[in-house]
Amino acid sequence: MTPAEIRDEILDILSDIAPDEDLSDLDDGKSFREQLELDSMDFLDIVMELRKRHRVQIPEEDYGHLASMSSTVTYLEPKMRDIVAA
Amino acid sequence: MAFRDRTADLPDDQRVVMTAVGLTSPNGNNLEDYRAALLAGRSGVQAYNIRYVGDTLAGVCDFEATKYQSRRDMRRGTRAGTIGIWCAHEAIARSGVDWANVDKSRVGIYVGITEHGNVETENEIYSIKGYDYDTTYWSHHHNPRTVANNPAGEVALNLGITGPHYTIGAACAAGNAGIIQGVQMLRLGECDLAIAGGVSESIHTFGIFASFKSQGALANHSDPTKASRPFDKDRTGIVVAEGGSLYILERLSDAKARSANILAEIVSYAINTDATDFVLPNPERQAQCVQLALKRGGLTPDQIQIVSTHATGTTSGDNQECEALRNAFSGCSGVRFNNTKSFIGHAMGAAGALELAGNLPSFQDRVCHATINVDNLDETCAIDGLVLNEPEPLGQVDYILNNSFGMLGINSVLIVRRF
Repeated sequence: MTPAEIRDEILDILSDIAPDEDLSDLDDGKSFREQLELDSMDFLDIVMELRKRHRVQIPEEDYGHLASMSSTVTYLEPKMRDIVAA
Repeated sequence: MAFRDRTADLPDDQRVVMTAVGLTSPNGNNLEDYRAALLAGRSGVQAYNIRYVGDTLAGVCDFEATKYQSRRDMRRGTRAGTIGIWCAHEAIARSGVDWANVDKSRVGIYVGITEHGNVETENEIYSIKGYDYDTTYWSHHHNPRTVANNPAGEVALNLGITGPHYTIGAACAAGNAGIIQGVQMLRLGECDLAIAGGVSESIHTFGIFASFKSQGALANHSDPTKASRPFDKDRTGIVVAEGGSLYILERLSDAKARSANILAEIVSYAINTDATDFVLPNPERQAQCVQLALKRGGLTPDQIQIVSTHATGTTSGDNQECEALRNAFSGCSGVRFNNTKSFIGHAMGAAGALELAGNLPSFQDRVCHATINVDNLDETCAIDGLVLNEPEPLGQVDYILNNSFGMLGINSVLIVRRF
């Protein structure tokens, strides 16, 4: 997956987690929590969905990398670069 | 007229009244539509398909859940929670209570449930099956969704209620039990306003259907609207339904102080136990429960105009309840008996509260709705006063007695009167 494809995947996951939110103007540099009012259970949903969809394992000590879209994509890129986008 | 019952001896702060009801039923999402469907003989049972069991029948509710809940919260919570939230909002809106200024720490939520957690547990097991049963794929949402207080807790979260909230697990007597709990807490001064009744999400668990099927107690019929047929010789069992019915309960003194519209006064109640079988009812205990409720209310059987029966469409259950009613109401020619499950199926934890709600308008319209689908009355169920297939106009309705029974031999009876 390219960084752009990873971003699309995260957006798709976020659209499930926060279905009432308009994600079209999401600022990649700002934190999800600030823009979407995500709480810890929502972040666990992101972790779970990545595990379910792509078998990507994210250890608890790395959860901080999922703060914003840009930090998430940067963190996931080495873990997902060999995954073929559906 | 002055009513002859125990309420005359109680001070207004010990008398409890229903000032509104919010509901969702397979044939209506408010009291007016629901009542109209019951009087018109309109069923809410439809074809239904559920994992593993396949094609079956169910009473399915169709209400605008997003009116009171974000899709995000719906996703996080449970169907029972969503049903509870709908009913609570509807009840509050209809009560005329100045909700913005209500002390939320003095509001209690008491929600009857038959079961809770089966839906989410089945979903998770189904999900991890796709991952070779690796439990690291098990959802972190499972525990908050399946704790037994979930449906009441979701109502509290949604409405910012900080008083007591919990569910009452009472099998299919739970709807009555939730109301009874609300009455007791108001009398004890534990809350000033109670949101009480019952909810059911049971059509979303295949286990309920499968278990009834294995028991030989799951209804089937080529026409879904004909499938739920208590008292009929050709009945085949239970139609499982979802639904909810939550009442605003207040002390009479508080209701009077705000000039509230009063739907009914709760005159009496009783809960007892068969202690004889896991599943099979005991008509002697059921009759004792009815008699206890009458006695506590200072009532005689002939004062009751309408008995809302529990009958579910199983041979033994229907027959046993009719035997109990025959004993409890012997010689009372003025009593009428009806059954709501024939329209909507068995709404499990909501059943008692929902079935009572459908009868409350009879205080005004003086009509007893029928039991539908009785084409061939089972002689064992032929008690005098059964209202079959067509509603029956009555002269005056002062008292309604609501039966609600459940597995493990729990019996509940609630008596309300016109106010």
